[in-house]
Formats: sequence, structure tokens, C-alpha cells
Amino acid sequence: MAINSVWVFAQVTNGAATTGTLELLTKARSLSSNVTAVLGGDASGVAAQLGEYGATKVYATGDLAGKLPGVAVSGAMKAIIDGGDKPDLILFPQNYEGRDVLSRLSVKLNKSVLTNSIDVAVDGDAVNATTPIFGGNTLVTTTFTGEGPYLVAFRPKSFAAEASGGAPAAIAAASVPDLGATGGAKVTAVHVEESTGPKLDEANIVVSGGRGLGEADKYEMVEELAKLLKGAPGASRAIVDAGWVPYSYQVGQTGKVVKPSVYIAAGISGATQHMVGMKGAKNIIAINKDKEAPIFGIADLGIVGDVHKVLPKLIEALKGR
Amino acid sequence: MNVIVCVKQIPDPALPGALDGATNTLKRDGKLILDDSDAYGVEMALQLVDAAGGGEVSIISMAPNGETAGMRTALAMGAAKGILVSDPALQGSDALTTAKVLAAAAQRLGGADLIIAATESSDGYTGTVPEQMAEVLGLPSVTFAKKVKIDGGVLKADRQTEEGYDEVECALPALISVTAGVVEPRYPSFKGIMAAKSKPVEEVTASDLGVTPAGWAGAGQKVTLVAQAEARQAGEIVEDDGESFGKIVAFLENLKVI
Repeated sequence: MAINSVWVFAQVTNGAATTGTLELLTKARSLSSNVTAVLGGDASGVAAQLGEYGATKVYATGDLAGKLPGVAVSGAMKAIIDGGDKPDLILFPQNYEGRDVLSRLSVKLNKSVLTNSIDVAVDGDAVNATTPIFGGNTLVTTTFTGEGPYLVAFRPKSFAAEASGGAPAAIAAASVPDLGATGGAKVTAVHVEESTGPKLDEANIVVSGGRGLGEADKYEMVEELAKLLKGAPGASRAIVDAGWVPYSYQVGQTGKVVKPSVYIAAGISGATQHMVGMKGAKNIIAINKDKEAPIFGIADLGIVGDVHKVLPKLIEALKGR
Repeated sequence: MNVIVCVKQIPDPALPGALDGATNTLKRDGKLILDDSDAYGVEMALQLVDAAGGGEVSIISMAPNGETAGMRTALAMGAAKGILVSDPALQGSDALTTAKVLAAAAQRLGGADLIIAATESSDGYTGTVPEQMAEVLGLPSVTFAKKVKIDGGVLKADRQTEEGYDEVECALPALISVTAGVVEPRYPSFKGIMAAKSKPVEEVTASDLGVTPAGWAGAGQKVTLVAQAEARQAGEIVEDDGESFGKIVAFLENLKVI
């Protein structure tokens, strides 16, 4: 079927639309001239920005007053659709809130979902989404059948965000219906984990550490190297699970997807779960004791050696510059 | 306090994954094991029931071939009983059908104060089933919980966010999905393993649960193409001779990032 109307689940932090939102809007406007953003919150500060990236309209719920976006925004979306404004395709970011809204809405509409996708295209009457599986070495194309709306979640950085110079999006109020028992969860406090230096998913250089560091204290080497290179420190799931560093440091399938100019993997063997999150880096340097480690299969420069010997020398050399 | 834990039995992640040639869905016909990420939910459930001073942990799972090896691991850790939904008609079910089936299995157990799932499975990782289940059951939910306690009949959880975490309070009954590392899963004891062999696991079909199995045909999606992605080529690999840090410096210089 042809795509007449596309919605994007939009997110705002610190008064601006997230990069992920702008990426999805950029893709949406290539599929349809009728692009609507749906936002759990107040749109007055971001309507211009959403319009600049392709949204002609934004439905906004206003302050959610502690309600979780999953139930609230999906409820608002269902009410709009029941009211007669039905999109053919809804794009979601593959993140915490995006997944929650997508999941709740899929039940309300009784529609399947497709997640972890990296592209979507309209080919005649077919709508095709592309999804990498098995750590990205196989690409699956899925064609939607039946009537829309089709619900798809995309990995971060699947599309480049480019402004179109469109006029500010027209703001329309979206009301959150009575959520009954499903609205029983409330946010009582918000904690922002302070980090200095660039954000992990935006940094030009990322230095990540893994189990090969041996013990939690050795992660300091990774942080020091990242700081010297004006980059961000990251981590494999193994050391996040072990409690060495917070979850927000995790690079991989269940963590952040990064695409820096340079990615340095120190003591990381390269589990599929990790590689999915970093194989998009332009240049990869790997340091690992085991020469059979899968990470060497994708590294531009691989050092078969002990991170405890290589990293201190590297840090000294960079300090001396 | 009664807790239901949703677990998935998956092919050993150490073995390479494959697609069924006929349907292009994930092959799950070999030996199945308990998904590592579900061990955290089982442990959390056991700890919460313990802290509440009474109640039991039940396990629900869906598998096409009657496999219970992974569920037995959860029972060996200390869960009391389980329901396995096994039905060839469910083969290739999408996440929404899976959520409906698991929701019906939870209802067959009479519901619970809390339902726990992992954030996503390690093989299919669609990552939507827990929240879909909550919606089917009309329950509130807290996904990506990394710290959980029950205080005065209210669930208090720290929920992972992009910037840090939110403190969330939630009325019971509720559903949560827990991240890996939320607790340290216990190893089943020998006694636990022996006891698990005789713990009840009821095997039911989709129609026993009153769910119409849609299978892959009913998913509203069809895989139309499977292709190999362009592989990334390996570059220069060198053994560290004590001076290999110089290679890294030169590499970074060449890229003009230092």
C-alpha cells in the first residue's frame, strides 16, 4: 500500500528534540509529505525544530505529571487513531521509551511490531523494513502485509539527521485517556548521571574496556585514555554486569550504539552483543591477549598483547605530546 | 507474595544461529537452555518472595517442542512450579502472539502479585513482549528495572533511562522487566537439581489457553529477502613486542585525531 501519512514518536531532552527523533523525521519525510510527530510532553519549545526536520504537525500530550510514557503516549495515540486520524506507518526509536510506547500500542491496535530495524522503504505496494540479525552479518527484509498502521522501531543512527528548512510544526493537543490500572506507575524522582567529556553515543573517539582488564580498578586506564583523546569511555556488557561501571557506559545490542571515527577496544573479545554496537565505527583498534578473539576479525589495527602492558605505554606516549 | 517469571529457552548462544529455510524464522529445534538473561528475573523473584516471608515463584515459558530443560534450571534455583505452552501451531509466532500466550498462561496460574521478565531475549531480542503482556493483562509496568524492592505493598524500582535513572513507584499487581546484573543469580545446588526433577510442569497448548495461534502466517509480516551484509575486513594484526603502542600512536596521527 502507498504511504500517505507517517508518524514519529518524538522525544525531548533539555528543551530540544533528541537526535534520534530528528533522524526518524528525516527518514519519514522521504516517505511522505504528511509527517506528524507525537510527543509525550509540551511541544511549544520544539515545534520549530520538529518542523525544520520535516514534521508538519505535532500532537502533544502536555506534561505527563509522572506518568510513564509507555502507557500514556500509546493511550493518546490510540485515541487519535480512533478519532479518525490514522497513519500508515509509525516510526519509533529503539530505546527505553520508544519500546514501551510501541509495545503498548501494538496490543491496543492488535498489530505486530518489527524492532531493531535499520531501514524502511516503499516499493510499489509493499512496505519493506530491513533488520540485521546474527550480530549484523545477515540482513532480513520484512514486508508488511494487511492494513496499517505498521509499527517499526529503528536502531539509533540508522539515518542521518538533516534539516529540510520546513516551517514550524502545527501543534495539536493530544489527550491521555483514563489509564485505569495500567497507569499505576509513577516517576517520583529523576536522576541524571553526571559525566564529563563528550556523550558516549556522540563522541568522535570511544575507548571501551572489557573483561580483559581483569579487575574494576583497571578501568581507570580506559577513562584516562579516553580523556587524553577527548573521547568517551565505554564498556562491554561483561563488566557492566559485573558492576564495574554503570549501565550507561555499555556499548552493544542492549546498550548504546556508537559510530565514532575511532573505536578502541581494550580487553574486549568481541561478543556478537558488543560488536553490534560498535562495528559502525570508521576505524577500529583492538588490544587483546587472545589472537583468536573475534574482535580482530573487524579491527583495522589489532594488537595481540596484554592491555596492562600496552595501555600504560600508550597513555605515557600521548601524555608526552 | 506470589511471583511469576517468564523465561525463554533458547538455542545455546555459543552455537551459530540459523534460519529455517521454509519460513525464514529463527531455528529453535536443537537442545534449548535457559536464556542467561532470565536467571536474573528468577533470582529476583526468589529474593522478593523470601523477603515477603511467604508465597511462591512460578515459571511460565513457551517452546514449540515440549522442551523443559531450561525451565528445570529455574526450578532447580528454587521456583515451585511451571507452565510450558508447547504447540506446533505456535512455531514462528511474533512477539504479540507470544505476549498473548504468556498472558493467558499467567492467568491460568491465577495471576500473581508481580510478573517478572527479562528486558529482551538473547536470541530474537525483539524486546517488546514484557510491555505487551502488561497491556494484555491490563497491568501497570516498569521496564528496564535495575533495582527493585517491595515496600508496604508498593513496588519501588530504579528504572534505566538514557540520562541516568528514574525512581518509580508502582501499585501491585504489576509487571516488571529487569536488566542483567540486577541481582547475582544463584547456582542451583545438587539438592535443588534433584528436587526440580519432580516439581510440576504443566504442558498446555494454545487452545487449552483459549488463544488462537496465529503462528508466522498470522503475524502481519513476511520475510521476503535474506542477504549477507557486507563484511568488514580485518586490517593489520601485530603481536605486541613491547613497542606496539607506537603503532597505535601512528595510526591515530594518520587519522589526524591527535
